[in-house]
Amino acid sequence: MPDKDTNNRVNETGEAEFTPEMNPPVRDEPLTEAQKARKGPIRRFLDTPPDNTVKTVVVALALCLVASMVVSAAAVSLRPLQEQNAALDKQVNIVEVAGRYEEGMDVAAAFADFEPHVVELATGAFADGADIEGQVLDPLTFDDRAAADDLTLSAPLDDDPAGIGRQANYVTVYLLRAEDGSLDKVILPVYGYGLWSTLYGFIAVEEDGNTIYGLQFYEHAETPGLGAEVDNPRWKALWRGKKLRDDEGDLKINVGKTVTAAGPDYHVDALSGATLTSRGVDSLVRFWMSERGFEPFLERVRAGEI
Amino acid sequence: MAQTYRTMLVDPMVDNNPITLQVLGICSALAVTSSLQVAAVMAIAVTLVTGFSSMFISAIRTQIPGSIRIIVQMIIIASLVIVVDQVLKAYAYEISKTLSVFVGLIITNCIVMGRAEAFAMKNPPIASFVDGVGNGLGYGLILMMVGFIRELLGSGSLFGVTILPTVNNGGWYVPNGLLLLPPSAFFVIGLLIWGFRSWKPEQVEEREYRIQTVEAH
Repeated sequence: MPDKDTNNRVNETGEAEFTPEMNPPVRDEPLTEAQKARKGPIRRFLDTPPDNTVKTVVVALALCLVASMVVSAAAVSLRPLQEQNAALDKQVNIVEVAGRYEEGMDVAAAFADFEPHVVELATGAFADGADIEGQVLDPLTFDDRAAADDLTLSAPLDDDPAGIGRQANYVTVYLLRAEDGSLDKVILPVYGYGLWSTLYGFIAVEEDGNTIYGLQFYEHAETPGLGAEVDNPRWKALWRGKKLRDDEGDLKINVGKTVTAAGPDYHVDALSGATLTSRGVDSLVRFWMSERGFEPFLERVRAGEI
Repeated sequence: MAQTYRTMLVDPMVDNNPITLQVLGICSALAVTSSLQVAAVMAIAVTLVTGFSSMFISAIRTQIPGSIRIIVQMIIIASLVIVVDQVLKAYAYEISKTLSVFVGLIITNCIVMGRAEAFAMKNPPIASFVDGVGNGLGYGLILMMVGFIRELLGSGSLFGVTILPTVNNGGWYVPNGLLLLPPSAFFVIGLLIWGFRSWKPEQVEEREYRIQTVEAH
């Protein structure tokens, strides 16, 4: 019987068989002076023993150069697809935080029900189409993240509980209307620092401007299993029905390990094992729901102006 | 003993499995096996990285200076892992979100480094590629077995498709929450190693110490 395995046995030197664990790197036969002279400089360099200093440095540099080119080529060529994915993921999260998401649905169609508006935080007024020093704020293309870094559209924060550095003066909010055209929910973007990373997410608030419908983060890099439990559906469900402010209008919502004097309606249980992430979520929610955040806008919601 | 491509590919599945025999790569095996889909993607990623890193390392092995060889191997492995991560972000965004940390950790997966240092540095590129793929598949095989048990008993589904309807959704199966937590992978892998070594007793290691009775004088 022909040994079919023989065909598989290959070796750089063309021998019929090799023993991988024992085969040393194959070296060229010693060359005559005439042969050496015929070789180019690259070949002569490759033939030098790998352990001299020059070779070590050259190999290290060449490898780093090749590796960095491969990595950058991959990163640059795949970026458009990645950005598209990230944008779609953001839409999924907006639809999901409003409780409209189902597995396998047409996200783009569902997202079309949401009405984007650019809001000026200080006044709570819509600023759609406003012209700020030559930049027109179009709600469909307005980039909240870029705005927070834009010197004309943002301001630095001195007292900065959410750990965000600069705050944009304008942000995009999304309105969801009931079938009769009345307001159903408002979706507000929030972000702030947790333990390792900035958490980006959305809060859905009911039409009364005070009851939370849901909180959801779409981007963060907290510890899986601990801080990343902010994605746990059971924890997210705790937010539904919580109130932002009490009857006096004081901001009472908090995340903590014990229920505060304000009562359970204003309290979300902190994540065990994730004290710092919970504290970060507490700070960012309280910051964005305060007078410096969406309170002027929510006041208008409460007054039925939206 | 002469090795052929076939034995290089098949050996790491059972007879020389990186997880059950060499007990390498356990960390990621605990983390990514709570659902089969994630385990499958991780297995493919590790297989590709082990295969190609072994191949590239082997291709330049005569030029790698001994003093920096581990760093050279790490750079090649790390670059490949970044490429895999970028590709996942572009084509499998949801999975990349759950896997992101662990994809990065492929760099430190002992199996990849182990094959580079033990095999690729001494063998030609194609053989190294086959060996790398074989070891990646051996790792993937165990990952899938653990993932199968954990997802079936932990969530009552396979690849997200409900097999045992759970009580929460009006079915009859009470899921075992322990199997969704990382420690359960220890139990499952332990049982698998026990099973493999009972089936192939030659895999059982010599005891390092033996309790002996000493004659009293």
